[in-house]
Amino acid sequence: MIRLYRFLKPYTAMVIGVFIFVFLQTLGDLYLPTLMSDIINKGVMQGDTDKILQTGGFMLLVAGAGVICAIIASLLSSKVAVGLGTILRSKVFRRVESFSLHEFDKIGTATLITRTTNDINQIQMVTIMIMRMMIAAPMMAIGGIILALRRDKPLTLVLAVAIPLLGIVIGLIASKMIPLFRLVQVKIDKINLILREKLTGIRVIRAFNTVERESKRFDDANVDLTENYIKVNRIMAFMMPAIMLIMNFTSLAILWFGGIRISEDNMDLGQLSAFTQYAMQIMFSMLMLAMMYIMVPRAQAAAVRINEVLDTVPEIVNPKEIKDNYSGKGYIEFKDVTFSYHGAEEPALKNISFSAKPGEVTAIIGSTGAGKSTLINLIPRFYDVDSGSILIDGVDVRDMSQENLREKIGFVPQKAVLFSGTVTDNIKFGNDGATDDEVRRAAEIAQAAEFINGMDGGYNYEIAQGGTNVSGGQKQRLSIARALVRKPEIYVFDDSFSALDFKTDAKLRAALKNEIAESTVIIVAQRVGTVMDADRIIVMNEGEIAGMGTHKELLETCEVYREIVSSQLSEEEIA
Amino acid sequence: MSRQMDNRPKQRRPGRMGPGFGMPVEKAKDFKGSFKRLVSYLKPHRINLIIVLIFAIASTTFSIAAPKITAKATNKLQDGYMARMMLTQIGNGQKDGLKNIEKMMAQSQLKVQTDTQPNTQPNTQPDVQLDEKSISAIQEFMMLPKLDTLENGDEKADTIEKIINLGKEAPAIYYFMFKDSIDNGSKENAEDNLKFTDDQINSAIRAVRETNGEYDFRYIGMIALILIGVYVISSLFSVIMGLVMSGVAQKTVRDLRREVDNKLNRLPLKYFDMHPHGDILSRVTNDIDTISATLQQSLTQIITSVITIIGFIIMMFTISGVLTLIVLATLPLYIVVTAMIAKKSQKYFAAQQKELGELSGHVEEMYTGHKIVKAFGREKDSIEKFEEVNARLYNAGWKAQFVSGIMFPLMNFVGNIGYVGISIVGGIWITRSILGLGDILAFIQYSRQFTMPMVQTSNIANIIQSTIACAERVFEILDEEEEIADSSDAVVIDNPKGEVSFKNVAFRYKEDVPLIDNMNLDVKQGSTIAIVGPTGAGKTTLVNLLMRFYEINAGEISIDGTNIVNIKRSELRKMFGMVLQDTWLFNGTIKDNIAYGKENATMDEIVRAAKAAHADHFIRTLPDGYNTVLNEEGTNISQGQKQLLTIARAILADPAILILDEATSNVDTRTEVLIQKAMANLMKGRTSFVIAHRLSTIRDAELILVMNKGSIIEMGNHKELLAKGGFYADLYNSQFTGANLENEAV
Repeated sequence: MIRLYRFLKPYTAMVIGVFIFVFLQTLGDLYLPTLMSDIINKGVMQGDTDKILQTGGFMLLVAGAGVICAIIASLLSSKVAVGLGTILRSKVFRRVESFSLHEFDKIGTATLITRTTNDINQIQMVTIMIMRMMIAAPMMAIGGIILALRRDKPLTLVLAVAIPLLGIVIGLIASKMIPLFRLVQVKIDKINLILREKLTGIRVIRAFNTVERESKRFDDANVDLTENYIKVNRIMAFMMPAIMLIMNFTSLAILWFGGIRISEDNMDLGQLSAFTQYAMQIMFSMLMLAMMYIMVPRAQAAAVRINEVLDTVPEIVNPKEIKDNYSGKGYIEFKDVTFSYHGAEEPALKNISFSAKPGEVTAIIGSTGAGKSTLINLIPRFYDVDSGSILIDGVDVRDMSQENLREKIGFVPQKAVLFSGTVTDNIKFGNDGATDDEVRRAAEIAQAAEFINGMDGGYNYEIAQGGTNVSGGQKQRLSIARALVRKPEIYVFDDSFSALDFKTDAKLRAALKNEIAESTVIIVAQRVGTVMDADRIIVMNEGEIAGMGTHKELLETCEVYREIVSSQLSEEEIA
Repeated sequence: MSRQMDNRPKQRRPGRMGPGFGMPVEKAKDFKGSFKRLVSYLKPHRINLIIVLIFAIASTTFSIAAPKITAKATNKLQDGYMARMMLTQIGNGQKDGLKNIEKMMAQSQLKVQTDTQPNTQPNTQPDVQLDEKSISAIQEFMMLPKLDTLENGDEKADTIEKIINLGKEAPAIYYFMFKDSIDNGSKENAEDNLKFTDDQINSAIRAVRETNGEYDFRYIGMIALILIGVYVISSLFSVIMGLVMSGVAQKTVRDLRREVDNKLNRLPLKYFDMHPHGDILSRVTNDIDTISATLQQSLTQIITSVITIIGFIIMMFTISGVLTLIVLATLPLYIVVTAMIAKKSQKYFAAQQKELGELSGHVEEMYTGHKIVKAFGREKDSIEKFEEVNARLYNAGWKAQFVSGIMFPLMNFVGNIGYVGISIVGGIWITRSILGLGDILAFIQYSRQFTMPMVQTSNIANIIQSTIACAERVFEILDEEEEIADSSDAVVIDNPKGEVSFKNVAFRYKEDVPLIDNMNLDVKQGSTIAIVGPTGAGKTTLVNLLMRFYEINAGEISIDGTNIVNIKRSELRKMFGMVLQDTWLFNGTIKDNIAYGKENATMDEIVRAAKAAHADHFIRTLPDGYNTVLNEEGTNISQGQKQLLTIARAILADPAILILDEATSNVDTRTEVLIQKAMANLMKGRTSFVIAHRLSTIRDAELILVMNKGSIIEMGNHKELLAKGGFYADLYNSQFTGANLENEAV
């Protein structure tokens, strides 16, 4: 966690400020008992009312100054801690945005979200706690001990016994409780798991008539959790009374031994009362420190996760020297490309070579896992190849800037992703500078115009986060429109028509035909019907090209293609 | 389907997890009713609760009494201190006084004379002027026994009293007594000694009488012993209270969880389809956890806090009414400060929550759509928007933290005002001996500790509010309408054949959206019914009706001639086997998952089913074979393998009627072939409803149901439907012959 605090640099002055003001506040808090003892010694014992009033007034001043210091410290520490959170969030988000898909695969989207939000919030909360308590507690403890020593050294021996005793008791209870607490968390997770399974599998459970068995499973977990909780609570029941007992015995011991010291004329009453209060302040600071020791490890886990993100260097970065001596408009060439995902034993793509020219449609077909999507993910350089090269307009994609490369490409993913915002916003995502007319045209070609016009507010219809208020087919058409409005040199469709019904699919493809006639088109598909009239069909099988050619050629030469076709079409249709 | 949704990081409803100070509080809809209902769950534990109450009262009473008892010891200490001070000062004064008087008499400076003119004695101190009264006083002073020779406290006290009275009559005595210190220039000291108030002198004399200038350690020791007892007993009671309470809260919550679970078992499928799983999940887990935390902590806290507050006020009053009033006078200050800060802080916390929500939303969206963001090169815009929200979050965030952060110092300050007030008034009162030092110290202790329970109770009010809101959400589940119970004369069909018939069936999910109207269907044993249509066209509807997850609106569905309404639900559902695309397996071993459909299945049967489902081979390649535990996300076997397992499960269950989904997306070619073979095995001799994707299945089916948008629009066999030239013909042509349509569309 300490590593994360390097980001506090812009707040150095404020952090120093927090230390100063907390220090002043602590001084004030420590001074009050001293003044109180003055009231007793110089005022009360001597019957000096003026002195009492004077000192009292002074106490009020000290208390006032203390609260002002505390408020300033709180202001500064809030700014520092929240500022740290803000900086961390920004750093993490920027870093994640620079990640390639490879880093996303490695770390995982869900945990990246958690790390950017919850984990950083946790760090922020703990930082505030540290600023509020952990700085003050040691100062208070040390200051208290010094003052106590100044009042009466021998009496401090009481504290020398009490503080370690307190530490031992807390340590003992905590050491028993923390593992149990962890178990509680595990068991809560277990209940959540069973319940979630129950909800997602409700049909299966009822169909198999295993309601009672599931109920028992839930109840077992329930009872287990309850018993664990009770154990924790039983230990907890000892915590506070034990601490209170130690505190009370300490003050009693101070009274007793202090009394003896007084009887030997080594001390007076005012000092005794001040001493008692110092002792309590010291003990309370100790308690707070103990609490911090319970809290910090939790934040520590969050800090480790955040650091992991910050330490991950994106694999794909722009080259030092950017080449832009393009020799064409949308010419793609794969030269003996081999690619494997990290940690995979087998390469996902082996020795892929082909080229695609503007004005041509290249279709890629093959069963799931054959490497179709992997292949097209290499074109916008989402991943880097292991060996071989991919050239666009004669330049290796690794020699281009990512921005220039991707500007050439209109990408339509398999799983249509929309963002919250209006329909127009979503289509314009492909091209910021598009005019309303261009947006409309793209929507029309993508067969989206009709349903958009039917929506509340038409092009200003607000799409919810994750696109939950439009259907799968509508999402796909919008994501096609988004690519169209970009007017790219290269179109990449990754099985992008799957959610459309057959009529729309056909209409869309017909409309596309004219629009993208000038561009290079790569289509990944599952249906033979979609690829049949492509200029070139690439048949993928287990990461390799099993055949390449037109429909007719492949029927004759490629066994894999024939298999695929025969599973989908009847004999007469194949011919 | 909502498995994915559940995996999203839970967005906490604000003010949920034991709301911190000043967070916006969720309000209950019907506080009183829900509160009563929640309390009713505590009823079985009322004896324990009474015990808790008794011990809470006892423990708090003892801990309240402790400072008062301590005060006695401190007062005694003070008495000893004062007495000793008096004795040393007066004793030294007496000695010095006698010495000085003798010295002066020897120097003849002091003569018994009636002449009062100062001029006659130019070289003597001008302030020694003695009249007759003084002289007799001095004579009496000289006659008094010396203090250090006296043994008895009473005698000492009498002597001191006399000296002081004499001193009042003749100030010269004081002069003689403290002449040395005056001469030494430490005038202050002398004056200090003289400045005792009458009350203080009186009480000091009383102290001398009682203590004889000794510290009464026997008395203090006795008090200490009592205190040790009180502390131990108080802690012991508090431990017992905690122990008794530890069961109460958890058992109550356990029962509540159990009740909700049982309720979920009786709720119709409709409920689960209509409510997001995440929401139900959160009610059963988070909400109940909140209730548990409240019962566990707040219940005892509220008991002890209230008792403590009352006890403190009583104790403070017994010490001093006026001082108590000073403390109580600070109460409005507390309230004003709390109210002021709470108002501000709620505003900022709400703002923070809003920005945080927006930020999380943006992060979630950008991360899940990372590929698209990259593909379209929109990283910069994304970062820009993030920074914008992040900046707003900073502004709202630090204010919220700041405002809630100054709460404690301000409370402390108010406390300090009271503290200073008590110190001043108390100090003055000590000088008048109205109160002992111990009393004041005890009072200060009370007043300082007064703040804690005050803050706690004001917090508890908020906690209870949000807990009741949580409880309400749980009760909402408990109040949902249940499935219609099986009729008492429900029949059991032994050895079902699997003949299904629909007679004039009508069904709709929503009142105003008719889905199926007047549907008639006769399915003979062992025949196959293919369901064709675009994705999501309503296969679940069919499952819902056949298995009676939903009730039809009109008509009847019968199996083997018996209306399904008259069949025991559990028996009805047993007749069906389901193999759907979204497989459901639970977190357990493969063996248990296959055996799910048949209790007490032998290992032999399981392996046979797995073999028939072509799953045996892959299972054996796993490190733990049939004992491999499927992990939580089910990621340790592939989607296709999962499907094979569900087929094995169905084979083992041996149902009369099957509902199958042929879709095999996300499955590699080889497994796909296996799945098809396994399904063919399964379908042999069973009535099957197949959501068909393969042409051969469709063509060979006895009946094809063409579904679109949830309703059945065409029905018949392949030839009939093609001849009809309707939706099916269209669909068939476009799906299976491909490109022909394009020319048409242009």
